[in-house]
Amino acid sequence: MSKNKEDLQALMDQIPDNLFVKCPICKENFYNKKLGIYKVCPNCGFGFRLGADERIKLTCDKFKPIDEDVVAPERFLNDKKYAGKLEKSKKVTNLNESVQTGIAKIGDQEFGLGVMDWRFIMGSLGTATGEKLARLFEKCTKKGLPVVVFSCSGGARMQEGIHSLMQMAKVSQAVSDHAAKGLLYISVLTDPTTGGVTASYAMEGDINLSEPHTLIGFAGRRVIEKTIQQRPPKDFQRAETLLKNGFLDAIIKRSDMKSVLAKLLAWN
Amino acid sequence: MTKAYDRVLAARSADKISIQNLVAGITEDFMELHGDHAYGDDPAVYAGIGTIGGEPVTITSIQKGNNTDENIKRHFGSAEPDGYRKALRLMKQAEKFNRPIINLINTPGAYPGVDAEYKGQGYMIAQSIIQGLKLSVPYISVIVGEGGSGGALALAVGDTVWAFENSVYSILSPEGYATILWKDSSKAADAAEQMQLTPKDLLSNEIIDKIVPEVNDSESMQNFKNALIDKINELKKLPKEELLAKRHARYRKFN
Ligand SMILES: [Zn+2]
Repeated sequence: MSKNKEDLQALMDQIPDNLFVKCPICKENFYNKKLGIYKVCPNCGFGFRLGADERIKLTCDKFKPIDEDVVAPERFLNDKKYAGKLEKSKKVTNLNESVQTGIAKIGDQEFGLGVMDWRFIMGSLGTATGEKLARLFEKCTKKGLPVVVFSCSGGARMQEGIHSLMQMAKVSQAVSDHAAKGLLYISVLTDPTTGGVTASYAMEGDINLSEPHTLIGFAGRRVIEKTIQQRPPKDFQRAETLLKNGFLDAIIKRSDMKSVLAKLLAWN
Repeated sequence: MTKAYDRVLAARSADKISIQNLVAGITEDFMELHGDHAYGDDPAVYAGIGTIGGEPVTITSIQKGNNTDENIKRHFGSAEPDGYRKALRLMKQAEKFNRPIINLINTPGAYPGVDAEYKGQGYMIAQSIIQGLKLSVPYISVIVGEGGSGGALALAVGDTVWAFENSVYSILSPEGYATILWKDSSKAADAAEQMQLTPKDLLSNEIIDKIVPEVNDSESMQNFKNALIDKINELKKLPKEELLAKRHARYRKFN
């Protein structure tokens, strides 16, 4: 290797890998600054995954968290591998669970806001996740507030077994009680929303929204491929397909989400 | 082989009583009702109206086949969205006519197919759960064999959930659990041990309320039928508000 090439290699090694990103949808490569504050592919509009903190900043003017003391029950922590995952997720996200909940404001409009964070064990629905969401709906039922939930999840949390499955029922009945008071619930399904979350509160909104090219499904692609022994089409389980098949009310560009929510909250 | 995995195998056993025979055994008369009145008629969901102790009840179930042909039609007991829509339609009809609901469950899970996804598998399970929780009539679910994940929960959000002695109820199959968490499907037996999916574990975790002795002869059938009649009578006595409040508490406590 010539001296020049070595220098170049040394220089390349200093460039962090994340300086260039590849869009998982259109496969286009571009300089990461091009993503902008909304972290959206400049080519196809796909929204890259956001942490709960980033999403909250883009979605509302004010946010006051609630129930931050709710954590995975002691009884699950004997599983050391799982306990380690929880600790790591807490550090990365600065959250105690896979969902951040609180009371938010856009302008003067107050509402309950729940935002799932994919960095917390793939946004999986654990017992404490379910507890935080149930409490959010219960609080907003009492206060007469609408609720917006941004789902982002691999589904029910395997490590908590059947207890995770029960959260689907627990949160659903809180959604139902909220609805019975004539209150609005907007569900925003973000990339990815799958499994037990799709099969419960993410598909229980008065209005179900999503973003361009978002992965939404119940069964995992690999399980389906194994069952039917063929590959489903490319647009399978993407927001555009769900819109066409009648399961979404609208697909909203990330940069428009806040103004659309403001409008819908004002109308209901 | 571990004890928990023995239970998994027993739950899947071909000797397990079929749902049709079970329905025929607990009812004096039964008429199957087909279709979701929207799109299709999923053969994995067997449902209709019958009488138990002279009283009409609505029964919905998820059933495996008794032979290969039936199993192919029923996707080995895995329902599609049409099936959940049929079950929900009939449960809501039961509410309208103030009939108790009995759901019999033997499913490895909702069907993971392309069409099932296109037709809203997640949406229909969600709706079965959220609407099922609020049905204001006695609602009893029984896990007869396999109770697989959201596909089973969709029909198990009532006042009481029972499980047959040889049954399991879990977030996914032990094979799937071992694959996802340990990248090794051959560790299914270890997974089963860890997953607390046996009736005994489920009872101690209050996921289920009762273990039903395996139904395999006329005596055990009669005992099962009597237990259902007793429970229906007990639930019927409750004013609707109290019935729903108790049900609410049953699911709220999972924290
Ligand atoms: Zn792109």
